[in-house]
Amino acid sequence: MNIYVLLKKTFDTEEKITISNGIIEEDGAEFIINPYDEYAVEEAIKQRDEHGGDVTVVTIGDEDSEKQLRTALAMGADKAVLINTEDDLEEGDQYTTTAILEAFFADKAYDLILAGNVAIDEASGQVGPRLAERLDIACVTTITNMEIDGDIVKIDKDVEGDVEKVETSLPLLVTCQQGLNDPRYPSLPGIMKAKKKPLEELEIDDLDLDEDDVEPKTKTIEIFLPPEKEAGRMIEGEPAEQVKELVGLLKNEAKVL
Amino acid sequence: MNFELDKEQLMIKKMVSDFAQNVIRPRAVDIDRTAQFPVDIFEQIGELGLLGIPFPEEYGGAGSDTISYAIAVEEIGKVCGSTGLSYAAAVSLGASPIYYFGTEEQKKQYLTPLAEGKALGAFGLTEPNAGSDAGGTKTTAVVDGDDFIINGEKCYITNASFAETVIVTAVTGKDDRGKNIISAIIVPTDTDGVTITSNYDKMGVRGSDTAEIVLDHVRVPKENLLGDPEKGFKQFLHTLDGGRISIAALGVGIAQASLDRALEYAKERKQFGKAISSFQAIQFKLADMAMEVELARNMVYKAAWLKDQGKPFTKESAYAKLFATETAFRSANQAIQIHGGYGYMREYEVERFLRDAKLLEIGEGTSEIQRLVIARQLLD
Repeated sequence: MNIYVLLKKTFDTEEKITISNGIIEEDGAEFIINPYDEYAVEEAIKQRDEHGGDVTVVTIGDEDSEKQLRTALAMGADKAVLINTEDDLEEGDQYTTTAILEAFFADKAYDLILAGNVAIDEASGQVGPRLAERLDIACVTTITNMEIDGDIVKIDKDVEGDVEKVETSLPLLVTCQQGLNDPRYPSLPGIMKAKKKPLEELEIDDLDLDEDDVEPKTKTIEIFLPPEKEAGRMIEGEPAEQVKELVGLLKNEAKVL
Repeated sequence: MNFELDKEQLMIKKMVSDFAQNVIRPRAVDIDRTAQFPVDIFEQIGELGLLGIPFPEEYGGAGSDTISYAIAVEEIGKVCGSTGLSYAAAVSLGASPIYYFGTEEQKKQYLTPLAEGKALGAFGLTEPNAGSDAGGTKTTAVVDGDDFIINGEKCYITNASFAETVIVTAVTGKDDRGKNIISAIIVPTDTDGVTITSNYDKMGVRGSDTAEIVLDHVRVPKENLLGDPEKGFKQFLHTLDGGRISIAALGVGIAQASLDRALEYAKERKQFGKAISSFQAIQFKLADMAMEVELARNMVYKAAWLKDQGKPFTKESAYAKLFATETAFRSANQAIQIHGGYGYMREYEVERFLRDAKLLEIGEGTSEIQRLVIARQLLD
């Protein structure tokens, strides 16, 4: 089985985000594999171990993305591909990412493509479904369980806390939700072996794409931090008075009623 | 000159840190309180390949280096001194001597299970009357046909209760000048006549197993002799040189954890209407701690690097051990001071850091012995 994982590097969840000149400051920040993509890597490795085949991890990023790819290789993936857009693209959006991936998969044989449910940075959750649409294959999002038997795939899908049972067939793209599995730590021998595993580096030129082909369809107008949380206010008095005051505040001050 | 860790070292740091924070940290208070050796954590440490970091793949190791090993000890030490000490002792004292001095057969038979994390090893050097003066060893090993018969007593042996093998030092004869010849012998702990008890009630590193070993007519084959029969003393000096790097790394871990806790607390704690971190008295402490942690870590990395390069590192590993462990003690002490009354309470964990750090100034060569080692290197 040919299994692919779409992986994105994101800010470490411990990082404090600072903005200067309308851009998120990345200098000195720690990056990690997007946590939802870790579920995808783990699931890919498990499915490969059960059904055989190869796991290839694909990322679009810059030179530093090699670190996250090597981590996925250390967890047990077989191959990695870095599509380095550092020198070619100033900006990109979900359209850009999908267009690049579509070109990448054009000449590939794939049975299963796994992605994270969302990336924790921009949280659009769009790349997986859009890619499936472009490749014209089935797509199930937010999966929490998957069993493959021949071409038939039985999936549990999280729908806002409830479970939907879905049956579909390969080739297939799924996006992975929390609860699907418990991603393994890369083992020491795994880390050392990852050094010798193949990591291919491509640029959009290698995929016969120009900057114009992948020009974003959206424009970022402004980036800003959410307002700082202010201290809460205690409402005092008898319950009836408290309710009255609360409703008044919600109406007149917070203007949410 | 390059002060950056390489990709593998960074990955190891991240992996061990994640494992330590998620798996060990929530248990650290309990491990100290109950003084129970966390067997299940060591099984996981073994499965992750951490017990085989510096050994080649052919013996079940990961084929990594001493710097990576020091990083792993530091990350574990940041959350739990007990686990850190047992981890460091298992690799540096239990397994390393077999790798340094063992025959091919000994490495295959005894090192492989240790490196693969399927068993723990221990190193039996200290005796009731032979501590820093290891030359005063009383345990004897007498040849009887194809066997050694070992008699004696060892104390303060880390991990022995959970070990499958103990490397025991014993007097095997006298040299031309009438001085004792000390050899090292691999003793499987299930051999008849080996009794291991662990009744110590320790000040710190309470969850690390510390045991007493009584050897009563213990019979092991002569081929269990480790390395050169005449050079047992030199061999364990070399073993201790390596062990010092890991104890130093553990010191860096405790010192860093002390700094992290102190910094966090100082920013939160308000007195006189301000965070106490705005007071110079606190700032000076934090600045000193941060500086010392960084210096200690650099020394540990340098000693580890020298070892990896195959260069002499006796003096540097003594520098590292001395400075890093004293830094750990000072940092933990200042962390308590910054926490005030809260710091004296177990709940805040910094008092545990101090109790754990104290052991590091004693085990694997006291601070005074480190100074002697350094002076000897200067004067010889």
